[in-house]
Amino acid sequence: MKIRANLLIGGVLFATVILAGILAPLLAHTDPVMDANLMFAEEPPGGEFWFGTDAQGRDIYSRVLYGARISLTVGIVSQLINTVIGVCLGLSAGYWGGWWDDFVNGLTNLMLAIPSLIFALAIMAILTPGLTSLLIALGLTNWSFTCRLARASALSLKSQGYVQAAKVLGYGDIRIMLTQLLPNMLGPIIVIGTLGMGGAVLAEASLSFLGLGIRPPFPSWGSMLSDARDQITTAPWISVFPGLAIFMTVLGLNLLGDGLRDILDPQSRTRRA
Amino acid sequence: MLSFIVRRLLQTIPIILAVALLIFVMFSVIPGTFASSMGDDGRGMLDAQVMERMNKEFGLADPVYVRFGKYIAQLAQLDLGMSFRTRQPVSSVLADRMWPTLQLSFAAMMFSIVIGVPLGFIAALRPGSIIDTVSMVGAVSGLSVPKFWLGLLMMYFFALQLGWLPSFGYGDGGLRYLTLPAVALGVAPLALLARTTRAAVLEIMNADFVRTARSKGMSEWRVVQWHLARNALVIVLTTIGLQFGTVIGQAVVIEKLFAWPGLGSLLVDSVTLRDIPVVQGAILLIVMFFLLVNTLVDVLCAIIDPRIKYT
Repeated sequence: MKIRANLLIGGVLFATVILAGILAPLLAHTDPVMDANLMFAEEPPGGEFWFGTDAQGRDIYSRVLYGARISLTVGIVSQLINTVIGVCLGLSAGYWGGWWDDFVNGLTNLMLAIPSLIFALAIMAILTPGLTSLLIALGLTNWSFTCRLARASALSLKSQGYVQAAKVLGYGDIRIMLTQLLPNMLGPIIVIGTLGMGGAVLAEASLSFLGLGIRPPFPSWGSMLSDARDQITTAPWISVFPGLAIFMTVLGLNLLGDGLRDILDPQSRTRRA
Repeated sequence: MLSFIVRRLLQTIPIILAVALLIFVMFSVIPGTFASSMGDDGRGMLDAQVMERMNKEFGLADPVYVRFGKYIAQLAQLDLGMSFRTRQPVSSVLADRMWPTLQLSFAAMMFSIVIGVPLGFIAALRPGSIIDTVSMVGAVSGLSVPKFWLGLLMMYFFALQLGWLPSFGYGDGGLRYLTLPAVALGVAPLALLARTTRAAVLEIMNADFVRTARSKGMSEWRVVQWHLARNALVIVLTTIGLQFGTVIGQAVVIEKLFAWPGLGSLLVDSVTLRDIPVVQGAILLIVMFFLLVNTLVDVLCAIIDPRIKYT
């Protein structure tokens, strides 16, 4: 019963955000970047401007819709990069062992020692602000949990009978890893990936809020909130909607991750955590 | 015991060196130096001669490996170099900013521990109850809410509307100034701690030794006290240690929002101005602090749980 509630609410929230992003050009009332009109600056939410307007007179409703595109792109793509890195390193380290395992272990410990937001911030510092840089910064800094998981699963799976059988049949190492080991650890990896996507959406918003991610005038929820801070006394509604959008997206992904964990990873120690 | 602590501390040294190397290499590959970035802030390019002189003064004219050698040699003497911007020693710049960040992080962690752990405990003792459901829905929301947005909303309600607390700044560094940023920063670890505590207690509740204790007639209170609390504590402590690192990292955003004069806002400002020695120093300090907390947690766990061997 509880499992269904998690999955259902999470799925609906996430699907809403995806639809909002895809259908943004149809649903939006104005262009999110170009349609600034100081005549309508800081209008409160109402008939014409559902979510009100910002200091430049842009329609916040339209900007929030387009913001979904940036958040989802960053969340999905950067988490995919993390997952691929984590799986490749962890799987090969667990399967091959030896010096490669020591090396990957050292690298993982190094990654775990630097708080990931600080690391992403340092990478953003050496790249020019923008979408590609964000994908790199967030895609390279959050693979350690996937890597540890893949390594641990590979270690325990490689002594299984069917893996030994594949070896005897003359399967190559890469083929064994991809066809025998990977399918058996996919469940927990999907769970970590879903939760990590929520983390990436939050990290993008944080970096953009700090002025190190997506720069204005592009409608990133984080940079919209950074503008909103200056108008909090005169136009508090500017702060409400972009934050609500981040919250709904991340909540959807977290609920989805929790729900998937109950199904895909029933033995997990932290199942109820 | 002492040798265990010393050994754990020594184990952190290679990680600190690796972080130093990583950060150094990262900031050496970027095109442009502090001197050239001073040129592109809109005030026009710096004169080529001035740029050359500045590069020489800061030792940026040497090849990368020479600079790294010098950097490590300086590090060994606890010298973090000189700030490009203020020309003060980085160590004294960091020392000024360290206390506010520690204050904020400790306050946020205290807030999250004091509320999160009991909440998770109570939820686990009555699984499926209203308290359990409400607190777990609250926890997943707390994990999902962007903390700078929460901070912004609290700033609006508690500072601007109600006028109960100052809206931003460090002020005298007292509790009044600390409350809003610490709560905003502490909500996520609170949520995670509540979930972890609940999961740990639920798992231990079904362990054999708890059933044995109950069946031999031990009172419920003593079961909770002796078996549940003690065993759950190890898992909870480990989570607290890991959360500390996250909190110090996330403090960057909260410090910026509340204009809190800590390491985080220093880091963001130095990153934008390419004051590389300060950036390197701040990141190293954050990493060292994180490793120190985790070593401390390991030691505490070993004291609480005799099954953990001192290795």
